[in-house]
Amino acid sequence: MSKSNPTDRLYSKDHEWVKDNGDGTAVVGITDYAQEMLTDIVFVELPPVGKKLAQGDPMAVVESVKSVSDVYAPVSGEIIDVNKTLEETPELINQNAFGEGWIAKLKLENAAELKLLLNAADYDALIKEEKH
Amino acid sequence: MELIFELSKPGRSTADVSASDVPVVNIEDVIGRQYLRDDLDLPEVAEIDLVRHYTNLSRRNFGVDLGFYPLGSCTMKYNPKINENVAALPGFTGLHPNASDEFAQGNLQLMYDMQKLLSSIFGMAEFTLQPAAGAHGELTGVMMIKKYFESKGQKRPIILIPDTAHGTNPASGALCGFDTITLRSNAEGGVDIEHLNSLMTEDVAGLMLTNPNTLGLFERNIEQVAQIVHSKGGLLYGDGANANAFLGKTRPGDLGFDVIQLNLHKTFATPHGGGGPGSGPVGVSEALVNYLPVPRIVKNDPTYSWSASFPDTIGRVRAFYGNFNVIVKAYTYIRSLGTEGLTRATEMAVLNANYIKEKLKPYYDLPYDRVCMHECVFSGNRQVAQSGVHTSDIAKRLIDFGYHPPTIYFPLIVPEAIMIEPTETESKETLDAFCDAMIAIAQEAKENPQRVKDAPLSTPVSRLDEVLAARKPDVCWKKP
Amino acid sequence: MDYCPHTSDDIAQMQEAIGVGSIEELFADIPQKFRLKQMPDMPASLSEQETLGLMQAMSRKNIMPRVTLTGAGAYAHFIPAVVGHIVGRAEFYTAYTPYQAEISQGVLQAIYEYQTMIAHLTGTEIANASMYDGASAMAEAAVLCAKTSNRSRIVVARSVHPQYRQVLQTYCWANGYTISEIPYVANGQLDVAAMQRALDDSVAAIVVQSPNFFGCIEDIAPMADAAHACGALLIAGFTDGTSLGILKPAGACGADFVVGEGQSFGNPLNYGGPYLGVFAAREKFLRRIPGRLAGATVDKNGKRGFVLTLQTREQHIRREKATSNICSNEALCALAAGVYLAALGKNLGKLAALNIYKTQYLKNKLLQLEGWKEVFSAPVYNEFALRCPNARAVNAKLRAEGIIGAYDLQKDYPELDNTLLFCATEMLSKDDMDRVVEIIK
Repeated sequence: MSKSNPTDRLYSKDHEWVKDNGDGTAVVGITDYAQEMLTDIVFVELPPVGKKLAQGDPMAVVESVKSVSDVYAPVSGEIIDVNKTLEETPELINQNAFGEGWIAKLKLENAAELKLLLNAADYDALIKEEKH
Repeated sequence: MELIFELSKPGRSTADVSASDVPVVNIEDVIGRQYLRDDLDLPEVAEIDLVRHYTNLSRRNFGVDLGFYPLGSCTMKYNPKINENVAALPGFTGLHPNASDEFAQGNLQLMYDMQKLLSSIFGMAEFTLQPAAGAHGELTGVMMIKKYFESKGQKRPIILIPDTAHGTNPASGALCGFDTITLRSNAEGGVDIEHLNSLMTEDVAGLMLTNPNTLGLFERNIEQVAQIVHSKGGLLYGDGANANAFLGKTRPGDLGFDVIQLNLHKTFATPHGGGGPGSGPVGVSEALVNYLPVPRIVKNDPTYSWSASFPDTIGRVRAFYGNFNVIVKAYTYIRSLGTEGLTRATEMAVLNANYIKEKLKPYYDLPYDRVCMHECVFSGNRQVAQSGVHTSDIAKRLIDFGYHPPTIYFPLIVPEAIMIEPTETESKETLDAFCDAMIAIAQEAKENPQRVKDAPLSTPVSRLDEVLAARKPDVCWKKP
Repeated sequence: MDYCPHTSDDIAQMQEAIGVGSIEELFADIPQKFRLKQMPDMPASLSEQETLGLMQAMSRKNIMPRVTLTGAGAYAHFIPAVVGHIVGRAEFYTAYTPYQAEISQGVLQAIYEYQTMIAHLTGTEIANASMYDGASAMAEAAVLCAKTSNRSRIVVARSVHPQYRQVLQTYCWANGYTISEIPYVANGQLDVAAMQRALDDSVAAIVVQSPNFFGCIEDIAPMADAAHACGALLIAGFTDGTSLGILKPAGACGADFVVGEGQSFGNPLNYGGPYLGVFAAREKFLRRIPGRLAGATVDKNGKRGFVLTLQTREQHIRREKATSNICSNEALCALAAGVYLAALGKNLGKLAALNIYKTQYLKNKLLQLEGWKEVFSAPVYNEFALRCPNARAVNAKLRAEGIIGAYDLQKDYPELDNTLLFCATEMLSKDDMDRVVEIIK
C-alpha cells in the first residue's frame, strides 16, 4: 500500500509532487504511488544545475529494471539543486519518495502555475481512479 | 561456478606458439618502447581445465537441441546438422574477403543465387545480403526509404509504427532521423484503418508493418493498408521477423510491400548462437533497387564479380559483404527443403501454433480469439487475478518442466503477454507434453501459487537479483 | 528434405482439435487474390546426400589460396582446436539470446568473461557483449558521441580503414551528422596539426585507428588530449586484434572508446563474416553504450550468477529514444574470442611478437627487390605498405600461383599508386615468404 499523500504540497497529473518553500523556490519529486508503479528504481538521471525548464519539460529520467520513465517539471523554473545521493542510492525514492527521495530544487519562474496543480485530496481521487 | 580467471595459475597455457623460423628482432627497437603495453593479464589455464570450464558452462545453457524452445517471435526451429557441416567446408571458411573475385566464384555464385531465391520467395525485385542481423537490415531498409525521398526532393519527417511493433522498429526509424508516430491496433488485433487514414499524410515517409503482426495475426486489410500508404506517396516497410508464417502461401511483394528485411536465423534455420550471429537480408521493390547498399554482385555470364558503381546507393552498412557463413547455412536449408519443403514448413508451423492455441484456450486468457498464424499470444491476467501469479512466474515454472519459456510481456498491448511460437519442427507429442505442463502450471497457480512464484527450483541458480545488477553494475571482473 | 515430424495421422488429429477441415483453412486471413498457388522459380527439394554434393561442388568453385598476403581488415590466424570444439557445442550454438538467465548461465558467464578480457586488452574499464563487426562498432560509437553531446560533426582520420569510413559516412548521413577527414603525414601517422585545425565545439568525436589502415602505429595520447580539450571524445579503432597482445592499447592512452574487429580472436576468415565487433569504453559511458551487457549478480541464496543488465539502454525498452537499434549481436563469435584468448593467455604476447618477426622478415626481403621502397617510416605491427614498379603485375603473378596478393592501396588512395599493403601473420612460413619473393622477382 502506498503511503498517504502529504497535504503540505501539490501534485501533478503525471505523479510529481511540488513543495513550495515559500521563498521563491520549490522541491520536486515523484509520488509514492509513482514509485510503487515503477517498482525497484535502479537509476536516476538528474538534470544539470542551472538548466531552465518550462512546465511539462522532461526534467529527470527514472529507470527500473524493465522500464524508463521521464519525470516532467511540474512547474517552470531553473534547477538550483539536485539530490546527488540518488546517483548512488536511487532506492531512496522507493523508501521515501516524499522525503529523502526528492529529485530537484527549482527556482520558481511563475508561482501562478502552482495554482494549476492538484491538492492532496484531488490527487488521492486521481490515483483511486487510475487503480480501477 | 568459478570464473576462468579464478582458475588461472601463472605458467599454464593451452595454446602454444610456434618457434620463429625467421630471425628474431628486438621488439623495442622495431616498435619503440612507448608503444608497447605494460602488462598482459589473460587467464593462464591448461587445456583440460579450459575444456572442462566451457563444457560445464555449456551444461548450464539451454538450446534447441536440448528441448522445446517456443520463444515467440524468435522462430527457434531445429537447426539441421547438414547446414553446419556445409558451412564448415574449408572452401567456405578459408577465403579472405579481399581475395580477388577469381578466387571466390563459388561464394559469389552462392550469394547471387541466394539473392535470386529470396527474391522469388518474397516477390521482391532484388535483395542485399549485407546487413549482419534483422535489426541491421531494418536500419538499412529505413535508410533506403530516407534516400528515396531525398532523391525525390521530398521532406517526409515521419514514420508510422504500429503499437504491436518490435522495439527495433521505432529505434531504426529514429536512427534515420525520423519522428515516429504510433499507429493503433483495432479490436481484432489488426491495423486501425481509420487511425491510419488520419495519420497518413504527405509528411509521412511510410509505415513499418510486421505481417503477420506480433500477435501472430495476419493483417486482413493488407490491401487497404498498402493502398492508403501508397496513395499519399508513402512506402510500406515489412518487418520479416514473422516470415515463417507465409512461405509458399503469399509474397510480401505481391501484398504491396516496398522493403522487407529477413532474419535468416529465424525463417531459414540458422542457429542463433546464444545471441548471434544473425543475418538480415533486405529485399526491395523496383523503385528502391538503386539505393541498395554496395558492393553488389554482378553476373557477367559465366562469372560473378563485386561492383560498387551504383551512384544512388545509401553506401555501406558494414565492412565486407555480410555474414557470409550464416548465408551458406540458410542457402543450404533453402536448397534442401526446396519449394515443397518450405511450403510444408509454413503449414506445419501454423498448424502447430493453432493446435497449442486451441489446447490452452480453456486455461489461459486469449485476448484475440481467431485463427492465428505461426504463433499465438495468451495473457496471464486470469492467473494474476486468481492468485497473484504473474506471467514471469509461469515462465520460470516452465523451466522446471524442461522447457524454454515463451516470450513474455510482449507485445506490449497485451497485459501479462505469453507469446508462444512452436515452429514446424516440433512433433504433436512435444506440443501435447508442453500443453500438459502449461495446464499443470495453471492448476498449480490456483492451488499452490507460492510454488510457482519460487520457480525455477531445478536450475543451478535460482531467480537472480536484477535490481542489484542494475544498481551496482558489474560487467567486468576485477581481481580481488 | 524437410524437418517436420508430422505424420498424416498427426495432422488429421490436430486439424480436428483445431476444428478445421484442411490446412488451407488456417490461411483464410490471407486475401484470396494474394494467395500463391506455387512458389515461382524455385528448385525442388534435395536429399541430404544431394544437398551435400551440391554444396561441396559450389565450395570447390572457390580457389583455396596457398598463401594469403592481405590483411586490411581480416586476418588469417591459426585457430587452436579447442575453439571449434567449444563453439560447436549445441548447448551454445542452438540457444537464443539469454533472456531467461537461470537456463542461460553458460552464455552469460562466457560473455562476462569475454567482456572482462576485452576491457583489459583494450585498456578500458568496460566492454559490451559485441557488435556486428569492427566497422559498425566504430560507426555506432560515433553516433553515440554525437547523440549524447548534441554536437553534429565527426572528425575521422583518412588512415582509418576505407570501408569503416564508408560505414561511418552511411550512419552519419542517416542521422544528419557531417564528417571531416584528417590527412596523414609522410611517415604514415595522423596529421596532428590538421586535426587541431579541424577541432571546434561542433565536433562530437575524433575517430582514429591504431595500428591504422597502413599498419602504422599511432601516438594516441596527444589525440585524446586534443579531443578532450575541445569537449570532444576520442574513438580509437585497431586493425588486427592480436596487436593488442603487445601494443599499448588506446584505452591506456586516454581514448574514450576502443572499437575494432575481433575476428582475429579465434574466428575463421569466412569470406568476411560473421565477424566480431569489439566495443569497449570508459566506465562513465556504461549507461549509454549500445548492445547487450552481461552483468554479475546473486540469486536468492546469495550464489553468484549472471544476467543481461542495464537493458533500459536498449531498443526493446527505450524504443525510439534508444541510441542504437542493435538486437542480435555476434555472441558465438564472442564466445570463440573468449575461448581463444583464454587458450592463448600470455602467449598472445608471444604470438604478437611472432607476427612482428614475420613482418620484418617479409618487409626486408621485399625491400631487396629492384625498385621496391618503403612508403611510411612509422613503426608497424603486421602490415606495411611498399611502393613497387608495377603493383598490378605483382598481384597477377601471385594470383597465377594461387596466392592472394597484397591490398592495392590505390583503390582507396589515388595518391598511393603502385603501393601494396602486405600482411604477415604466423600463418606465413619462411618458405612461403621466400617463394613469394621468388615469384615476384
